[in-house]
Amino acid sequence: MGLELLFTLKHELLISLSIFLLLFIFVGSNHTKGATIIHIVNALLLISVFFFLFEPKQSFVFNQMFESNGLIQFQKSILSLGLLLISALSFQWLKHHKNVIEFYLLLLSSLLGMFFMISAANMLFFYLGLELATIPLAAAANFDLEKRKSGEAAMKLIYSSAFSSALLLLGISFVYGLTGSLNFTEISEKIPVNALSQFAFILVFSGFAFKMSVVPFHLWTADVYEGAPVPVTAFLSVVSKAAISFVFVQVLFKVFIHLELSYTISLAVVSICTMLLGNLFAMRQENIKRFLAFSSIAQVGYILIALMGSHEVAQSAIIYFLLVYVFSNLAAFGVIGIISNSLGKENISDYKGFYQQNKFLSWALAIALFSLAGVPPTAGFFGKFFLILAAASKGYYLLIVIAALNMIISFYYYLRIVRNIFMETSENPMPQVLVQPITKVALIVCLIGMIVLGLYGPVYEYIAAFAKPF
Amino acid sequence: MNLLLLIIIPFLTAVVILTAKDFKQSRSIALVGASIQLVLAFFLLNQYQAAKALVQTEAFVFEQSFEWFPSLGIQFLIGVDGISIAMILLTALVVVAGILVSFTMEELHKEFFFLLILLSLGAYGFFISLDIFTLFFFLEVAVIPKFLLIGIWGSGAKQKSAMKLALMLMGGSALIMVGLIGLYYFSNETGNRSFNMLVLAQYPISYAAQLVFFPFLFAGFGVFTALFPFHTWVPDGHSSAPTAASMFLAGISMKLGGYGCLRVATYLMPDAAVHYAPIIITLASIAIIYGAFATLMQTDLKYINAYSSISHCGFVILGIGMLNKTAIVGAVMQMVSHGLMTALFFAAIGMMYQRTHTRLVSQLGGLLKVMPFISSVFVIAGLCSLGLPGFSGFVSEMTVFVGAWQNPNFWYRLATILACASIVVTAVYILRAAGSSVMGPITQKNFLHLTDAQWNEKLAAIVLLSGIVIIGIAPFLLTDLLSSSTDVLVEKIINTF
Repeated sequence: MGLELLFTLKHELLISLSIFLLLFIFVGSNHTKGATIIHIVNALLLISVFFFLFEPKQSFVFNQMFESNGLIQFQKSILSLGLLLISALSFQWLKHHKNVIEFYLLLLSSLLGMFFMISAANMLFFYLGLELATIPLAAAANFDLEKRKSGEAAMKLIYSSAFSSALLLLGISFVYGLTGSLNFTEISEKIPVNALSQFAFILVFSGFAFKMSVVPFHLWTADVYEGAPVPVTAFLSVVSKAAISFVFVQVLFKVFIHLELSYTISLAVVSICTMLLGNLFAMRQENIKRFLAFSSIAQVGYILIALMGSHEVAQSAIIYFLLVYVFSNLAAFGVIGIISNSLGKENISDYKGFYQQNKFLSWALAIALFSLAGVPPTAGFFGKFFLILAAASKGYYLLIVIAALNMIISFYYYLRIVRNIFMETSENPMPQVLVQPITKVALIVCLIGMIVLGLYGPVYEYIAAFAKPF
Repeated sequence: MNLLLLIIIPFLTAVVILTAKDFKQSRSIALVGASIQLVLAFFLLNQYQAAKALVQTEAFVFEQSFEWFPSLGIQFLIGVDGISIAMILLTALVVVAGILVSFTMEELHKEFFFLLILLSLGAYGFFISLDIFTLFFFLEVAVIPKFLLIGIWGSGAKQKSAMKLALMLMGGSALIMVGLIGLYYFSNETGNRSFNMLVLAQYPISYAAQLVFFPFLFAGFGVFTALFPFHTWVPDGHSSAPTAASMFLAGISMKLGGYGCLRVATYLMPDAAVHYAPIIITLASIAIIYGAFATLMQTDLKYINAYSSISHCGFVILGIGMLNKTAIVGAVMQMVSHGLMTALFFAAIGMMYQRTHTRLVSQLGGLLKVMPFISSVFVIAGLCSLGLPGFSGFVSEMTVFVGAWQNPNFWYRLATILACASIVVTAVYILRAAGSSVMGPITQKNFLHLTDAQWNEKLAAIVLLSGIVIIGIAPFLLTDLLSSSTDVLVEKIINTF
């Protein structure tokens, strides 16, 4: 029993161990160099990435509140990979930061919260994980203490999170009132199809929508992304969004399965709005972080349309898409972070003539943008195609036409940056930027991920093998 | 023969180019890679004919299938028939010629040749795919190289043209994607889903679904081949692109669309093709006539060729829309012929521009005296374009007309007559352009000390010219290759009448 508990909770235990290590060994001592801490945490995260290969089987602990299986462990590994890449990509920034330990403490706690959230099989446990995942992020968003915008970002994040949590809790209490249970399986068995349950669904959905920045709950996104330091923005936009999407798929297909008709309608409406508004706003952004914020809103729109498809296809398509998204978006954030940190430039027009001096970074950013746009041979193409294939599996052809049109819009703004990088010539282009070896490795890992995940079919098949009828 | 070689060799060439040390190395690596590919294409032709002599029943030969995403029924399935081999030969010829005329492209040379080879990789992959997902994948692989080639090495309003081209082609791809997904879900509804073209042909989708999804696919591929309302990227894209990219665009890339219209849209949804034939023919006729008259007004040689390409690609669509064997054979011949001819035309224009630094007809004149080779090539390309007997243009357009006339419907005949009449307009603009730019007295003094073509440019012209002349003199070589494969296509259409 003890050993089994160890295996079931291996991700969580490792992250808790890292947190304890940081708290008790390093916080007190001023001698340790920043780089050492970063390497230690990276090594632990690397182990966590490969944990999914190790004893991935179905098990429950904590009185059926905590579930673990192969898919969940794979998802946790994706999230660990995300944090690992962020940590390696922002090495330069972290190394000289005086509060590097606090940075890791916050993000690791948030990661731990996400692990609990993904594993939750009970509404209360889920809520606990969600809060643990969110609150440290607000502090992390304020990490550039001397910047006004950073403080503003943190305030906006904490207020909107609190509001969305309140909606979610109200929804959960309605669900409890209707079914008398907080357990996911019991709820799905007992939940009636009536106006109240639909209202409860809408409330829970709004809570999720806030965190996933679905239109019309997206207003906080751009300001927070712009104000927070790039690594935190990357974490918010990639890891946090991936985690909440994983859970949303579970909750939607497991708990609210009987409300399919009503959730389909709400999903259809918000997904169209999300894609369209995200894309239209992204077109007009000048700050590259705001730009990525809106483009990531649009990406969530594609995830939502896939949710309307048949469950097995949708689940694997979404998880695959998010895996690809981790690589592509983090590569983009990585390059932007390097530039922002060493030159302080964050505008799209600053990237004019970028290729003249920084060939490797240019290609890395361009390939990342192609992958986000969904152009082959990058994996983004497969990710998008599978999402849309999933959406069509229940015959929502009008939606896929709208999604296809949106992809053209998104293509325009991604290409606009590529055009600045390669085609514009600038009088004083950005000077050559020194890339740390570990950052270079992380970027190369991202590039390999973006190319190989699509061309090499078994990755998708590995995810699809977990798909089961809900 | 192992068809994978057709993808592996460009891939390896592209990778090796990245290791090149200087400009000379990268261009020679590209040339060697393209030449190997050309030899391979002829070897494939030879092997195909040998294989066809043995088994005559199989539609596609050298099939190979690899599981790609088995849970979604996506395979990597490749195979060829006569039509695809004709297209592969065309691609190989144009690629070699395109690299030969780029021997002075020193700015960012590695990237330039890498993207050219990547573009050709997309085209080869497209033509050998038998799985429509794979086909779509390769179609899109070829889009980004075009965008970068035009935007980085182009001239004039290059960024605007590159954006316009990329967005319109991506728009076409988006339409195609919807069509593909429709085929996927509506075909073989009880069995396993698949993108396999052979399976899809075996279980055609219902008439109602065909009516919905055919326009998506046909218009989507139509964007690539400059179908009338979607032709606007052609003039800008072609005229801004560097010479080799113009050749690739007009010679190869526009053919991807024609091939897709035929192989995917018409072959897999024959009922809808019959239903929509009047619309297709109308659009094609508009493109032919509009393209021809628009060309009349152009003063820039590249624009002249670009607009005339719209007109010539109209013949391809017209041939497909007529839905009978002769017309479809004519359409495929026209694709090959137009590919070679227009690539030659762009090559000649590029060579002239490189020396005179102008493409305006009004500023050129008397070039035949100082550069006889280039000027002759230019005139020959023009003559082929206006359909002079002895060149490929004549045979292919004639075949389209003969096929089109077979349809007794009054409106179809009217369209045919109008299309025939457009040749007169073609003659006007070609002869005018050729006359005032290469003949007559030398208009500018600095033209006097211009040099004629280098060996590489001569070789490029000869490669393309030999293709044009061989098809012109011995069209049976091409028709024999196409005949059995078009039979398979036409059989499906006739069954639906």
